[in-house]
Amino acid sequence: MSLSSRPLSPHLQIWKWSMNMALSIFHRASGVALSVGSLMLVWMLVAAANGSESYACFRDFATSIFGQICLFGWTGALFFHLCSGTRHLLMDTGRLLTIPQAEKAGVIIFVVAASLTLGVWGCVKFFY
Amino acid sequence: MAQKWEDTAFKAPMARARGLGSVHSGLHHWMHQKITALANIPLVLWGVWSAMTLAATGADLYTIRGFFAQPVNAILMVLFLGSVFYHMALGLQVVIEDYVHCEKAKPLMLIGVKLLSLVLFVAAAFSVLKLSI
Ligand code: HEM
Repeated sequence: MSLSSRPLSPHLQIWKWSMNMALSIFHRASGVALSVGSLMLVWMLVAAANGSESYACFRDFATSIFGQICLFGWTGALFFHLCSGTRHLLMDTGRLLTIPQAEKAGVIIFVVAASLTLGVWGCVKFFY
Repeated sequence: MAQKWEDTAFKAPMARARGLGSVHSGLHHWMHQKITALANIPLVLWGVWSAMTLAATGADLYTIRGFFAQPVNAILMVLFLGSVFYHMALGLQVVIEDYVHCEKAKPLMLIGVKLLSLVLFVAAAFSVLKLSI
């Protein structure tokens, strides 16, 4: 059978949004976003090891508006992925597997992740 | 190019199965994804806390050096990098397997992700070691 004649499953826009689906999609999206964002962490460490000139270059980027937006997004993705990943691990132990539990867990995950993100940035902006 | 599931005159039956699941490599992958996920929880919390304290003091190079001069911080950072980049390599592998169906691009991307993760880990970990001494 050639690749093009293999059956396709219905694509995203066919389905009505549900919490289960949103959590699944956002877990994957946040995982990929974190992977891209990890480049910034590596840049920071390599620049710092390289000396003050390289580090100043990184710091200029990180403190620019665009850099701050990247870091804020990365923090949000990190906390979402952390909370959602914890749900995955709990599901692996046989817990939280029903639809009502998924609905509830989803609300908790979004609220906790958003609070942690805003809390961390609030603290940093307040103290710096 | 012949597809994996197609038979050719010289193909042993095992070739139809290998690399397509059900040869027990999936469990190993799954376990490692979960073990690194578990390790990531405390490491990420420590990392965010450290980043916050560094950012609150302006995160200048002098502060960064002082931070990594403490062995606990350097050790935890290298562990963080190891766990995160291994977890990332395993995770991105699954994403590629799910979405990339071109039989030429797929193996290249799978290898690329593994190598890139390794390069990022080595570069970052070496930098931490240099900053720490
Ligand atoms: C910077 C850190 C991290 C990066 C770059 C990252 C990256 C990824 C990627 C790319 C995936 C694959 C997504 C998919 O297959 O849909 C993934 C999956 C996963 N991540 Fe992370 N992750 C990070 C941190 C964490 C943390 C802190 C946890 C804590 C619980 C975690 C738990 C998981 C779990 C359980 C999965 C597997 C999901 C499944 O079974 O489908 N990750 N991660």
